[in-house]
Amino acid sequence: MTDQEKILNEVTGSDYKFGFQTNIETETIPKGLNEEVVRIISAKKEEPEWLTESRLKAFRHWQTLQMPDWAHLRIPEIDYQDIIYYAAPKQDAKYESMDEVDPELLDTFNRLGIPLEEQKQLAGVAVDAVMDSVSVKTTFQDTLADKGIIFCSFSEAVKNHPDLIKKYMGSVVPYTDNYFAALNSAVFSDGSFCYIPRGVRCPMELSTYFRINAANTGQFERTLIVAEEDSYVSYLEGCTAPMRDENQLHAAIVEIVAMENAEVKYSTVQNWYPGNKEGIGGIYNFVTKRGICKGDSSKISWTQVETGSAVTWKYPSCILKGDNSVGEFYSVAVTNNYQQADTGTKMIHIGKNTRSTIISKGISAGKSQNSYRGLVKVLKGAENARNYSQCDSLLLGDQCGAHTFPYLEVDNRSAVVEHEATTSKIGEDQIFYCNQRGIDTENAISLIVNGYAKEVLNKLPMEFAVEAQKLLAITLEGSVG
Amino acid sequence: MLEIKDLKVNIEDKEILKGINLSVKAGEVHAIMGPNGSGKSTLASALAGRDYFNITHGKIIYEGKDLTELTPEDRAREGIFLGFQYPVEIPGVSMVNFLRTSINSMRKYRGQDPLPAGDFLKLMREKKKIVEIDSDLTNRSVNEGFSGGEKKKNEIFQMALLEPKLAILDETDSGLDIDALRIVSNGVNKLRSPENATIIITHYQRLLDYIVPDVVHVLYKGRIVKSGDKSLAKELEEHGYEWIKQEVDANA
Ligand SMILES: Nc1ncnc2c1ncn2[C@@H]1O[C@H](COP(=O)(O)OP(=O)(O)OP(=O)(O)O)[C@@H](O)[C@H]1O
Ligand SMILES: [Mg+2]
Repeated sequence: MTDQEKILNEVTGSDYKFGFQTNIETETIPKGLNEEVVRIISAKKEEPEWLTESRLKAFRHWQTLQMPDWAHLRIPEIDYQDIIYYAAPKQDAKYESMDEVDPELLDTFNRLGIPLEEQKQLAGVAVDAVMDSVSVKTTFQDTLADKGIIFCSFSEAVKNHPDLIKKYMGSVVPYTDNYFAALNSAVFSDGSFCYIPRGVRCPMELSTYFRINAANTGQFERTLIVAEEDSYVSYLEGCTAPMRDENQLHAAIVEIVAMENAEVKYSTVQNWYPGNKEGIGGIYNFVTKRGICKGDSSKISWTQVETGSAVTWKYPSCILKGDNSVGEFYSVAVTNNYQQADTGTKMIHIGKNTRSTIISKGISAGKSQNSYRGLVKVLKGAENARNYSQCDSLLLGDQCGAHTFPYLEVDNRSAVVEHEATTSKIGEDQIFYCNQRGIDTENAISLIVNGYAKEVLNKLPMEFAVEAQKLLAITLEGSVG
Repeated sequence: MLEIKDLKVNIEDKEILKGINLSVKAGEVHAIMGPNGSGKSTLASALAGRDYFNITHGKIIYEGKDLTELTPEDRAREGIFLGFQYPVEIPGVSMVNFLRTSINSMRKYRGQDPLPAGDFLKLMREKKKIVEIDSDLTNRSVNEGFSGGEKKKNEIFQMALLEPKLAILDETDSGLDIDALRIVSNGVNKLRSPENATIIITHYQRLLDYIVPDVVHVLYKGRIVKSGDKSLAKELEEHGYEWIKQEVDANA
């Protein structure tokens, strides 16, 4: 064993900083999944008949499906009857003023760095805070409403903007899409909706913060973003969960629709509880994220920093339908200990002169497995499509794995598709160079890793980038001595 | 300041240093010369604490402390600086971020608060002048894409910034053009003081015209086989190492 391996093997106590649990009265329904449960969820949310029916249709379809097994993941059998599908902090209605919000809840979000009092918030970020199955509070709604922007919880949107929901929900990710999409479409609880009207540049970052709190529950949220012609929005998503020995399921759907000349930036810092050093506990994260560039010259850009979850299965994708539309995917995925990630993207070129860029940086430590899986598909009519993909893997130690699975389907000869991939080990020489300048090994690794991921981190909004850098360091704490 | 006693160092099972004795006092400049592969860089690395060198015998005492008991970062924080023969590139890590992290780790060790950003940038500007290094370089990632000479200049720039007590410069002169050599030497001379000491590893006596050493040592096959004043360097320049090799090998 080399000295570096020894260092890497020496596990120091690195703790998940968001692992606390909030003691708050929670209303849950019994474990298990059947049509009755689907109806109960729908009834709790006072949903219209069409939505109940749509849930049931999805549920019936889900029952005919098998869990996908093509990913480079080892997942123990999940007992879907052993999960609670609805849990909500007890409250009468959504809080109108801050005084009504349970102090425990406020405290929870404060500890997560997401103060819900508007005056305490980062200027320029509106937050929808979702705990377990419901949205707790959405800030800055009035400010946004002045511009005609709708930013609210999904449940509210169902009540207040049923036409928009009916029109767009499931239009990008139909319930038939895959196993987890079907499951989500049946039991989804809450999430965020945002609508940017024609010609409006959203003046602040919109952000949703997802928190799992209750035990034995799954979280199934949906996010829908619609950007009308000539509009722009930057959207952030963050997530954490308490430390528990059991695995918890998270299966979300995110849909984005961009009309002509619209631009949507979607950034995620995913920090679900990853399990402990022996691989016990942690979130199973199965997420379907997809955007459609419906109008000409529209643009959708995904940036993700994936540090959490025991298992990550996630491929934020772009359907480039409009001519001259642009899709981007920037990703940093870090795995440590026994974490497993199979993540990447799909870029589907349909329109002419469509362009896509994929930059993926995988960082593996401990005994983790980290895979990039990406599809670039160019359809017959996509004249002059361009794709550039770059997939880099960085290994810390030699008990982890990095894998790259690029798929290419090109049906138009004018397409130019480039793919580059590298795998490197973090250099002992680099670490020693830092040591010689007084920087200890832990900080050296954090510096080097952040440098490696810089291209992607630079795409994040400022406040998020700083958070993400810290998170990378924390995730890799304990991967070195 | 530095006392090396009968130091023996292995790499894997091969003995590279076979009993080095060296004593460096504050205020002194020592030059170490010697043929390729004789163990000069190994000695430098052993002083800095590179871990794949095994110290099998002997002692390194620095300022009264047993150096071998300190981690590489603590040796640096105690004022030991190694100018690398081959400085490494760290892509994506800006010089500014790197040096700030470095300076602040050292300050923390001394119980000082982090240097405020403004003061730090001022300090950088000051030191940049000493080595006449381009802002263009200090705005880039650590050594990334730097030319050979630029990397060496960057080492001296870092030394100027960190103000070490004991600087070990491993062939900092190789790869420098004539102007750069003068600039770098001036930099080293400016930093010379009665409180600190410098060990210069070099192949060329030319450098020693600029930085005049108090003692010159010849390292050969893992031992210091000859020491003398600066005229020894001149002699080596004229006659090469052959005569020393013969002397040593004859006695072996
Ligand atoms: N990491 C290593 N693994 C194996 N052998 C090594 C290693 N580092 C150095 N050596 C060997 O140790 C011996 C001394 O090397 P060192 O780099 O100290 O020489 P040097 O005097 O600095 O030479 P130069 O003048 O060429 O820089 C050489 O034979 C070299 O091959
Ligand atoms: Mg050398």
